Amino acid sequence: MERWKACSGTDVLSDTIPEEDIPLDPLPLDAWHRANGARMVSFAGYDMPIQYSGDTISHGGGIVAEHHWTRESASLFDVSHMGQLGVSGDGAGEALEALLPGGIASLKEGRMRYSMLLNEDGGILDDLMVTNAGAQFGLVVNGACKWDDIAHLREHLPDEITLTHYNENALLALQGPKAADVLTALVPEAGELTFMTARYADWGGVPLWIARAGYTGEDGFEIAVPGEHAQQLAEALTADDRVEPAGLGARDSLRLEAGLPLYGHDMTDATDPVSADLTFALTKKRRETGRWMGHEKVMAVLDAGPEQKRVGLLIDGRMPAREGAEVFAGDTKVGTVTSGGFSPTLSRPIAMAYVDAAYTAEGTALECAVRNKRLPAAVSPMPFVPHRYFRGS
Amino acid sequence: MPRYFTEEHEWIDIEGDSATVGITDYAQEQLGDIVFVELPDVGAMLDKGGDAAVVESVKAASDVYSPITGEVTEANGSLEDEPALVNSSAEEEGWFFRLTVSDKEELDGLMDDKAYKAFVDNL
Repeated sequence: MERWKACSGTDVLSDTIPEEDIPLDPLPLDAWHRANGARMVSFAGYDMPIQYSGDTISHGGGIVAEHHWTRESASLFDVSHMGQLGVSGDGAGEALEALLPGGIASLKEGRMRYSMLLNEDGGILDDLMVTNAGAQFGLVVNGACKWDDIAHLREHLPDEITLTHYNENALLALQGPKAADVLTALVPEAGELTFMTARYADWGGVPLWIARAGYTGEDGFEIAVPGEHAQQLAEALTADDRVEPAGLGARDSLRLEAGLPLYGHDMTDATDPVSADLTFALTKKRRETGRWMGHEKVMAVLDAGPEQKRVGLLIDGRMPAREGAEVFAGDTKVGTVTSGGFSPTLSRPIAMAYVDAAYTAEGTALECAVRNKRLPAAVSPMPFVPHRYFRGS
Repeated sequence: MPRYFTEEHEWIDIEGDSATVGITDYAQEQLGDIVFVELPDVGAMLDKGGDAAVVESVKAASDVYSPITGEVTEANGSLEDEPALVNSSAEEEGWFFRLTVSDKEELDGLMDDKAYKAFVDNL
């Protein structure tokens, strides 16, 4: 443990990065999850709730109930495993632009953008949210990638730029159509936010950093809170009858319906942003000006068109096609499922797959091979379930 | 009608030369919401410990093994329309398939309900 203590808190990072297999300290809400009937699983080196059950959960618990509750009311997700980083110093925005393909320096204060770290080959090292937080840029990165991201940023950011890891912060996501009513009752300033904006708020002396964003396709918020106040916030939010806790299981089925790719599955360092159908994150002006890692390789794919592309698949019947299932057009293998499962909202299996460019048109009839069966599938636009973000009234 | 259990959390009821197989209540709870069950075809020959069915929860696919050797005589068609029966009634209405009992000695290595309960308590 001591090896990586230097990374904790708000200390400027040392060079010491933990090995992946070293168990990490419990996250701030660990005991709260267990007391609320969570089933814990190992994820990104932490024990995390996959689903809840028991008397304290009004809808009864389980992935499907948590999923529906999120679409109909509001769910509280603990995503404290994710990395919360700060990048500060003169020229921090420009420095980040050398590593991210989006417009960062031009981001107005309080605005956020989806982006990704790319390697020299244009492969995706991680996807992330970057926010102009005024005094610094805030980055929220995937839990499983955060140590590698930190090493990458440290290696490539100039010495005068300071990288801070807010390792003792918790991150709570409140997601669902009733999230805004619930949160503004506690923190009125939250009501001033629209999708992809963020601000600071003081909650009875507890500093909160609130972003109107999320990973479910619903309206909602991600709230950074000091770890020692995380339980207090979780309890205040779930004291509202409209809110129940939800685990990683529902988070995965919700994001799949929302068409949102999951790092390590739907994109890896072997996939580029164009093939991953994330071209929107390549800010137009920066495609021309370049000077970001991977620019040349990514532009070559953009110009020539990708060999394979991430698409959505609607699958007939009830049997899910999961990650690794091969995709066929007749006898020809044309792709592979990268994540798939049963959609509780649509009551049918859905999937994301990388398929050869010739088979990516909407409605293209394909088949997924699952065990000894071929499941009919059709290329579908994403999201599978419409987004309901709040962009202003 | 004696009921036996496997360490893979299947139950098996024996009635003469016929057996009914399902997964235990403990198993369904571990799997969570079940969305699909792939059952063996009638007439299929199953080996003791061999693949017999696949149960798909929202999260993952899990294999179900045959506790004994035999020929499938019936599959529970109700699960086709209502796979959640496995969640609500794992050890009754949510049965998976019936098969012939070809070798009663195969039952010797299985657990009775008391032994299975002790087995689960230790997991």
